[in-house]
Amino acid sequence: MAEVKYSWPSRDKSYVLGTSPNRLDGMAKATGTAKYTYDVNLPNQLVVVALGCPHAHCRIKAINASDAESLPGVVKVLVLRPAETEIRTQGELIAAVAAESEAAAREGVSALKVDYEALDVFVDDQDLERAKELERTKRVGGKVELINEPGDDDDEEEFENHEIERLLKESKYVIEGHYGIDVITHCCLEPHGATVQWIGSQLDAYLSTQNVSATDDGFADALEITAADVDIHCEYVGGGFGSKFSPGYWSIAAAQIAKETGRPVKFMLSRDQELKIGGNRPSAFVKVRIGADENGVVQVWDSQHWGTTGYNGSTVTVNPVPYVFYPKNNRRIATGIITNNQPSVAWRAPNHPQACAITQPAYDDLAARMGISSLDVYLRNLRNIAARQTAEVYAEELKLAAKLIDWDGKWHPHGRGPKRGSVVEGLGIGIHTWGGVANSSTCRLKVYPDGGVETFCGTQDIGTGTRTVCAMVVAETFGLPVEAVKVNIGHSTLPESGASGGSTTVGSVAESHRRASQDALAEMKKLVAKKLDVSPDELEVVTGRIQVSGKPDQSLGWKEACGLIGINPIQITSSHKRGDKSPLSNEGVGGVQIAHVAVDTDTGVVKMKKLVAVQDMGLIINPKLAKSQIYGAVIMGIAYSLFEQRINDPASGAFLNAELGDYRLPRLGDIGEIVVELYEPDDQRERGVIGLGEPPVISPGAAISNAVCNATGVRVPVLPLTPKRVLESLQKARG
Amino acid sequence: MKNFDYVQPRSESEVLELLSPEPGVTSLLAGGTDLVGLMKKMIVTPDRVVDIGDLPELRTIEMDATEQLWIGAGVRLDEFLSSSTTDPYPAVKQAIQGISSIQLQAQGTVGGEILRRPLCWYFRDGHGLLADNGKRIIHGDNRYHAILGNHGPAKFVSASRLAPALVSLGAKVRVVGPDPDQESILPLESLYRTPRDESQREHTLLPNQLLTHVILASDQGDLSAAYEVRHGEGPDAPLAAAAATLQVVAGVIQKARIVLGQVAPIPWISGEAERVCLGHPPDEDTASQAGEAAVAEAMPLSENGYKIQLAKVSVRRAILRAAGSFI
Amino acid sequence: MKKTPSEHYSRRAFLKGSSAAAATSLATNAADSVAQQSATDRVIRGETAIKLDVNGSLREVKVEPRTTLLDVLRYQLDLTGAKPVSLDGSSGASTVLIDGKPIMASTTLALSARGKKIETVESLVGDEVPRAFVEQDAEQCGFCTPGFVVAVRAFLNQNPNATEQQIRLGLNGNICRCGTYANVIQAAVSIAKGGGNG
Repeated sequence: MAEVKYSWPSRDKSYVLGTSPNRLDGMAKATGTAKYTYDVNLPNQLVVVALGCPHAHCRIKAINASDAESLPGVVKVLVLRPAETEIRTQGELIAAVAAESEAAAREGVSALKVDYEALDVFVDDQDLERAKELERTKRVGGKVELINEPGDDDDEEEFENHEIERLLKESKYVIEGHYGIDVITHCCLEPHGATVQWIGSQLDAYLSTQNVSATDDGFADALEITAADVDIHCEYVGGGFGSKFSPGYWSIAAAQIAKETGRPVKFMLSRDQELKIGGNRPSAFVKVRIGADENGVVQVWDSQHWGTTGYNGSTVTVNPVPYVFYPKNNRRIATGIITNNQPSVAWRAPNHPQACAITQPAYDDLAARMGISSLDVYLRNLRNIAARQTAEVYAEELKLAAKLIDWDGKWHPHGRGPKRGSVVEGLGIGIHTWGGVANSSTCRLKVYPDGGVETFCGTQDIGTGTRTVCAMVVAETFGLPVEAVKVNIGHSTLPESGASGGSTTVGSVAESHRRASQDALAEMKKLVAKKLDVSPDELEVVTGRIQVSGKPDQSLGWKEACGLIGINPIQITSSHKRGDKSPLSNEGVGGVQIAHVAVDTDTGVVKMKKLVAVQDMGLIINPKLAKSQIYGAVIMGIAYSLFEQRINDPASGAFLNAELGDYRLPRLGDIGEIVVELYEPDDQRERGVIGLGEPPVISPGAAISNAVCNATGVRVPVLPLTPKRVLESLQKARG
Repeated sequence: MKNFDYVQPRSESEVLELLSPEPGVTSLLAGGTDLVGLMKKMIVTPDRVVDIGDLPELRTIEMDATEQLWIGAGVRLDEFLSSSTTDPYPAVKQAIQGISSIQLQAQGTVGGEILRRPLCWYFRDGHGLLADNGKRIIHGDNRYHAILGNHGPAKFVSASRLAPALVSLGAKVRVVGPDPDQESILPLESLYRTPRDESQREHTLLPNQLLTHVILASDQGDLSAAYEVRHGEGPDAPLAAAAATLQVVAGVIQKARIVLGQVAPIPWISGEAERVCLGHPPDEDTASQAGEAAVAEAMPLSENGYKIQLAKVSVRRAILRAAGSFI
Repeated sequence: MKKTPSEHYSRRAFLKGSSAAAATSLATNAADSVAQQSATDRVIRGETAIKLDVNGSLREVKVEPRTTLLDVLRYQLDLTGAKPVSLDGSSGASTVLIDGKPIMASTTLALSARGKKIETVESLVGDEVPRAFVEQDAEQCGFCTPGFVVAVRAFLNQNPNATEQQIRLGLNGNICRCGTYANVIQAAVSIAKGGGNG
């Protein structure tokens, strides 16, 4: 086959790329016909509800399941954590009750009798000193970078200390800051879990997952079978956000119960279990000093941060701190605290939202100290950044965002804006960066003699619009409408594709589907060329037709062209391997957000008035879907900035707010106005497709914290900025 | 859920036949928005559920001969909201609007709402109404707990959002039972009690009594309003609330009833705030001082001191809203 | 006009003092015992077959008293549009229409739903609300979407000319984790004849 040159058409030559067809699965979702793992009902299935350990730290002494087993409807009790197991987080699943109905299983759980030996508990991830006293800290990392180097005879550490103090002393402005952000959970609306059945020795598993192609391994290893014996199905998943890459021990247990009872099993976590053990994101609290010159350019950063990832005692890494802004002289140390909580897993843009929230408030405080606009401080500090996007692009994005929020019209020095009754308003900025490289992906594409087109790819659509992207890329290649492409995803029996994490999916499927469709087109062109008696190089695709370039009268319609295929469809399988260089995809984006908030200083209640998000993402396939991603990310950002946090009982370690009435998420009326500007000038578009899911979730924390500070003149140090925290900070500042 | 018997009575007296005098044996089901969740979590485990959600005699809104308004306990919140006969009681409408969920407004009943069980997270996690005699709350996270009326072991806050408004309006209730001919008309506030031990409930109804109506006084031109401090939009519990009903004559408050919500185990009638109001105009000064007076005796716990400020603001804004000067 | 209880109460109080009271209360007792007989006869215990009017058809299902309407819809009728998100109904994801009103199926007992018109999101195929959701891209993972679609349908039925401001205040009974709110607002605005200029 002649070498196919993979590329995207230019903006003016694109049919489908850059347009906004509706999500392919939109109607199925909106009319309730989309089937999620929780929805799949297998004949004669058992439903499992599990007992979560009520204690944050204990040893199981005895489990008595006889009362539970004798309840009507209860079929089997599987002990997951036997006697003598040490449990280190509340919510860890101890035993699973399989019954004829969910209600019967729940009743069974309440009849389980378990004896526990209580052990010591610690959950205060903010109190570093206390954690040290209790020997519950772990060094997570440390990094020092200094322009000047120690002499051969100098003690390194002494030199570093001395140099940092010297740099601070020589600074025109020194800001000492304390900022932080609490642990939050993933809180997927569809809980983790699986609905499974054995077909002979084959495990057929409907799994709520963001990793259809590679979760079979997790089952196989645990059940001592091979991945070939496991099929994973997930056409629709109700949220993942980084927590659903592996099956989870509960799904394995479902398979075990199914094997032992000979019946299909549905095992989904309950809401409070979902929050306790279904996934959470580490906290970070920082003490920082920065030193800036007379122009407000920060020359030195010295920080210590700590937090928790649960009982494995880590926190946000040092690498992303300081975030985007990166003075050449810097020292950062990170300490993890061991708390009696479930270990963290990846949450949308792991580490970045926290790093941003504990870095950029320092720059905003610098602007406040200098009495100048934070926008100026941000722009001036773009000369010292470590990011995947250029300073020039950031500057452009900042100026665009400033215009859209009316920065010039609305900005005032911190705490000195107009007051309407007890309400003050303010503006704040956040900037971010992310990679978004294309994951590996394989697409099998079939073109049928009757003109039909079908794709097969073991990817998943976690709400980002992957299905639609697959269809659009193929439709673009063939000059067809999007509806003409039948897309198959969501099964591990399909060609492998990477997990949906790291903002790697749009690039991955764009690669595999473009390659497959361009390869298939090459085959089509050969057939058409022969029929039209020209060489394949002379042919081009226009809407619905393949024609000799510029000569519509020398063309065949798509169906006609397919009629030349013969009996068997064209079948092409094409792949992209992650890390291979390709003109179709790229990595490295920036992005900028500015928040406008209103704070009622009498009540501490913060309301979103407006948030502007300017985001680059290389080549944009579907602007409507891209905007949805950004709206969604911004709203998740509002959630962790103003509403959600895990609250542990200080004495018992219990996760107190593990129900949705207490674990506060924003509602529709809380979001204010969100303005999204897709930044796609030609030089960004030319880079190719870059992932988008994560970058826009990074900045809201810094932007909103800075806006509240600009409004009130007071830094409320720890996110979320609840009314309690805002009031307490205001009262502290006054008195 | 534990299995239970289910029955739909057809009359008030049938209801009473079906209720047990023993606590915890039978439960009344109205809209289900509170009870069903509690049963799923096994906090409430009745042997029999008596479903009065569709009992017609509990679903009427009627004015009697003296122009008192009788609201059946089974009247849905959205029915109260949309009725024009309830227009003279804006405090209640504002409280319902604050609930801000069309589902809860359609499904929830007036009777169910005023008897809503506390939202204390220790209670709802199975540690009892007093959460180990208050100890779990004192040593735990009490940011949403009581700042008033909290001297005893009970530290939860009353959950009803309508109760402060209704109590400020001087609402009464009709209670029947245990026998069908036992009938009382009581002030609404007498339904609430601060329990002193786990054998006591947070209200005074016997297990085999039925709240049938809330009775609102005839419209005398009183001004009323409710104000809630809410963390965000939606039905989640407010952080503090107050309702104010004022009788204003020639610009001066002649009568006032100020009731705080979400700050004490019962709807908290503030005689202190009332005394500040009497004889004064409903202006910023009076309202602020009333707010200060309402919280003068507040005893914060370790995490809920901020609620004092919020309670103060709620009282002030409720008074000003009643007077028409705060939207 | 039907007597209110207070009038009734007054009449009883009047009767209490007369000899007619004894006769009345005897009669009352007899009536009560008849009522008691029929009330306890009507107590449902254990599994029972009932008929529910779902999406215009009478469906026969087997329920226990503790079975919620959500359980019935999802496990017996395979109408899985309404979703289970939390035990206490705070998410709105299980919203269905019962006699035209938005009700959470997760906190409704199946037995309470007898004799009522139940409509789930599946009955809204072809309706303008799902169409608007698709046009405005008001879904991402989609798990909250059916609950929102039903809530929006109910809201617009009550408020056909809602302004954007009213929409922003009227749809707070549903939680979305992915953040579709901005487009849900636009979907509702696009339908409301108020023009969305609130």
